[in-house]
Amino acid sequence: MTNSTTSDLGLGAVFWITLKRDLLLAFRRRNDLVSPLVFFLMVATLFPLGVSPEPKFLSEVAAGVVWVAALLSTLLSMDGLFRTDFDDGSLEQMLLSPQPLALLVVAKICAHWMISGLPLTIMSPLLAVMLFLPDGAMGALVVTLLIGTPTLSLIGAIGAGLTVGLRKGGVLITLLVLPLYIPVLIFGTGAVQAAASGLPINGYLAILGAILALGVVLAPIAVAAALRISVSN
Amino acid sequence: MSTPLLEAKQLFCERDERVLFEGLDFALNAGEVLQVEGPNGSGKTTLLRILSGLSSAFEGDIFFQGEPVSEVRDNFLQSLLYFGHLPGVKATLTPEENLRWYAALHPETDTMRERILEALENVGLFGYEDVPCHSLSAGQNRRVSLARLYLSHAPLWILDEPFTAIDKKGVAAKEALIEKHAAAGGSVILTTHHELAIKNLRQVNLGRIETAELREQPND
Repeated sequence: MTNSTTSDLGLGAVFWITLKRDLLLAFRRRNDLVSPLVFFLMVATLFPLGVSPEPKFLSEVAAGVVWVAALLSTLLSMDGLFRTDFDDGSLEQMLLSPQPLALLVVAKICAHWMISGLPLTIMSPLLAVMLFLPDGAMGALVVTLLIGTPTLSLIGAIGAGLTVGLRKGGVLITLLVLPLYIPVLIFGTGAVQAAASGLPINGYLAILGAILALGVVLAPIAVAAALRISVSN
Repeated sequence: MSTPLLEAKQLFCERDERVLFEGLDFALNAGEVLQVEGPNGSGKTTLLRILSGLSSAFEGDIFFQGEPVSEVRDNFLQSLLYFGHLPGVKATLTPEENLRWYAALHPETDTMRERILEALENVGLFGYEDVPCHSLSAGQNRRVSLARLYLSHAPLWILDEPFTAIDKKGVAAKEALIEKHAAAGGSVILTTHHELAIKNLRQVNLGRIETAELREQPND
């Protein structure tokens, strides 16, 4: 029953269509798009008010504050990754598609990063200036966030996939995912602090890159399996 | 005898320590329409989810074209159109965008704009193709999802309550469509509480065992 008018798409096209769809969905629900960014800004703004506005103190903790704020803000947006698709039945149709589920998952994670991690990375120099991060560490902060935030999205997606079938998955996802975020945080902030003291950061970047590579390969498979389990219940 | 398109052997499913069905056997040949009957809670939706592969909480065997379904999964998914309780329609997308996304996931679907508009017209949504689905009614959202039936070339349709929230005229049109699909060699499994006016309709009754027991009780 084949017909020449049907859509026989390659894997690349399916990836691209899924990515475009998720970006379009995010663009049409702009308040969801903005809230993690506002959260990111708020955390970094409140910190000096709560602790100390001393430039010397702030310049020491700036890397950590920006990184923790980015991490929490990613976590905040993670629960929504599969939630609406689960609620309206789109996820069922994704599972019943002959296209590989892991590919669709990668496209969705990619879209998630483009609307959460990427804007955070772009905004980070602004916060870094606000927190008196030494000039020499600015580049390191941007680069580590650029490598680190996709990893956060990939790892977070596993938690989102596992908890999507639960009514209140938000807290559980935090408990599941936060321990896995620790290595990314350690090497991310480590690199920025090393750069601030004028030390080489290649080693840190190599490890962050390795974690990202591992995440890109393994996380989509794990997420696909998690989604199958979540939907089958 | 030709191999049935879909065949279930000795299906057993239990939910919350209650047996929904056991020893369930049936075969669906090309050109047949099979209605799954039973009262609410008798496991109709569960059966359809098991047959489509969404749920794996069962025992027994399912064969697609004579092969175990787990071994011919890709082939099976390409031949399947599943219409579930949830319409699978994104509220922030327009009907046309929704159908295009579905077509990307399911290669056996028409993607030409004329065909999509024609399908929307067939389900009574002419002129709504650019309206976001959140401003459509519940019934109209189900119709967007049902428009897939006009676009898909998949031979096997699994439809869970396709007529819910659809008006009388719409139901008659869908019945005609199901008959046409069967006449063209396709197969349909569906659940519905409507009286279906379809020729060659076969039925599987899930409530049979329990109702038989209920009838016997007063004699005791």
